[in-house]
Amino acid sequence: MNKVKELPGDAIAAAKTSPSIGLSVRAYAERVRGGDMGALPAVLGLIVLCTVFAVARPAFLTAINFANLFTQGAAITVIAMGLVFVLLVGEIDLSAGFASGVCAAVLAVTLTSLGLPWYVCVLAAIVTGVVIGVTLGGLVAKVGIPSFVVTLAAFLAFQGLVLVLVREGTNISIRDDVIVAIATRNLPPWLGWALFAVCVAVYAGIQLLRARKRTTRGLVADPMSLIAARVGALVVIGGLAVYVLNLERSRNPLLTSLTGVPIVVPIILALLVLWTFVLHRTAFGRHIYAVGGNPEAARRAGIPVDRIKVAAFVICSSMAAVGGIIAASRASSVDPNTGGSSVLLYAVGAAVIGGTSLFGGKGRVLDAILGGAVVAVIENGMGLMGYGASVKYLVTGSVLLLAAGVDAIARKRASAAGLR
Amino acid sequence: MTPLLEVRGIDKSFGPVQVLHDVAFSANAGEVTALVGDNGAGKSTLVKCIGGIYPIDSGEILFDGKPVHVHGPRDAAALGIEIVYQDLALCDNLDIVQNMFLGRERRRGIMLDEAAMEEQAQETLTGLSVRTVKSIRQQVSSLSGGQRQTVAIAKAVLWNSKVVILDEPTAALGVAQTAQVLELVRRLADKGLAVVLISHNMNDVFAVSDRIAALYLGRMAAQVRTADVTHAQVVELITSGRSGDLGITQ
Repeated sequence: MNKVKELPGDAIAAAKTSPSIGLSVRAYAERVRGGDMGALPAVLGLIVLCTVFAVARPAFLTAINFANLFTQGAAITVIAMGLVFVLLVGEIDLSAGFASGVCAAVLAVTLTSLGLPWYVCVLAAIVTGVVIGVTLGGLVAKVGIPSFVVTLAAFLAFQGLVLVLVREGTNISIRDDVIVAIATRNLPPWLGWALFAVCVAVYAGIQLLRARKRTTRGLVADPMSLIAARVGALVVIGGLAVYVLNLERSRNPLLTSLTGVPIVVPIILALLVLWTFVLHRTAFGRHIYAVGGNPEAARRAGIPVDRIKVAAFVICSSMAAVGGIIAASRASSVDPNTGGSSVLLYAVGAAVIGGTSLFGGKGRVLDAILGGAVVAVIENGMGLMGYGASVKYLVTGSVLLLAAGVDAIARKRASAAGLR
Repeated sequence: MTPLLEVRGIDKSFGPVQVLHDVAFSANAGEVTALVGDNGAGKSTLVKCIGGIYPIDSGEILFDGKPVHVHGPRDAAALGIEIVYQDLALCDNLDIVQNMFLGRERRRGIMLDEAAMEEQAQETLTGLSVRTVKSIRQQVSSLSGGQRQTVAIAKAVLWNSKVVILDEPTAALGVAQTAQVLELVRRLADKGLAVVLISHNMNDVFAVSDRIAALYLGRMAAQVRTADVTHAQVVELITSGRSGDLGITQ
């Protein structure tokens, strides 16, 4: 390696001192003005929507409804998390919805007809997802068929596959306690708080450790005030959520008690941590961004572009399988409509609303959760307002279009500002 | 002095069209060798043959006096030959450090070793006296054309390369940025690297090069010291393949 040390660059030396929090905020504001808005539209949208629904329907703010939001949005959010990977490499997967249906059907069939234990069935469903991903990814990356066409074909074919698996439209009900618990049961309140404490401690620990390590090596580190602000935000938001979810939300507390964090919440958090780690802390994640940003540059840098794309499809379809399992758990059954109708569009919408670019190379797994929250709030709030399916579809469609529009305009502004 | 990189008798055809005829070319360590020629003279083809992107039909490539076989870009990189392409092979959505280490990330276990990469990138940029970037954690999308070119060149230097080939590095740049990049090109040579500069711009060529190699219709017209020729002579070599007693003899 080149260990040449002469003429220390003034500008670089000057940049070594830790930036103040004001500077960090200003840099963020500059990025937003330049067109890189990230999750800002989703967060603002979430605040506006929640305010509107809370004013119009006080029931929106009740603990029981808050808990409902999580179980309603969970399946779509998990599918959206997988979609982020495919969108990052600049492709699209229109079949993710029905892929989740196929995997849920595999789960149901192995569980009921074959009577296998739940973990084997879950594994079978996820393996089905992996096989679907390898097939789609191979057709896109190796054969070279546009992903839009491959996954549109798969969208139709999987619809048929679900029908075959559930024998032309019967409804398979799921009675396995563990599977049903995923989306319908809650953690005991103390476990919710314990989990919250562990999350905060680990997050703060990682942030502090990284800052200390970078400071000792003489690199630019995040200022303490910024770290404190981040941890503080996590404590306030997370603490509030756990507190509300631990409130009694049974209509008749004397008969049955209904408290605690829904089990899907820690599942989603674990997936968030796992995939965020993969995207931001491993070479594989770096290569995903590179392939989405400039495939030619990635190829010249020796990155196996084809294999990275296949991997993105595998992650997407196996996450769709997890989404399918959650959906099956929530409904306690699988029918030909599992993963159908609006699931896919809601999932794509969630990823894009959260700030993942349809043009590739930009997005985070967290985006899917923020976008999923927006979609769940619209669905839930509209239901409370008494609007039917027609209005829900119209509004969600408009929001998706709006998000895609924001994405496209941001891109244009970025190029005008010389940022792209 | 043995040239660090030397090619002899290179022939290259694409189907029925012979693009390179018996080309000889050399580049010395510590010098900037300008490779000039009109459109279609074979500059890019020659560079791609050296870089292992095209296989050569006949002829030999010598590295440090020893014959070598370059069968692919990885062979070239292993020898220490780096090519900086005209259409910048950078990812806009990644920052400077991420781009410099793209495809060759440093890791500890399965995790990326960000701190080590950042330190090393900073060291390389400092060593090249690059002062124009605000922070090396800036996204490449926010850099100017000259800064991008600087990053692309620094990326080539980072890997301890011995020969750096620059394909029209100043083609899309303004006056001040061109000066910046040319200064950097000069510094590379002063550090002992063999630099090959492909350029259409005679001012650039005369500003930084030690020697000039002129290609004419796939033949090497002449390889001369920059100090020994005039602007007009080089233009003649490019356009007609000969100038006075220099050039291809009919």
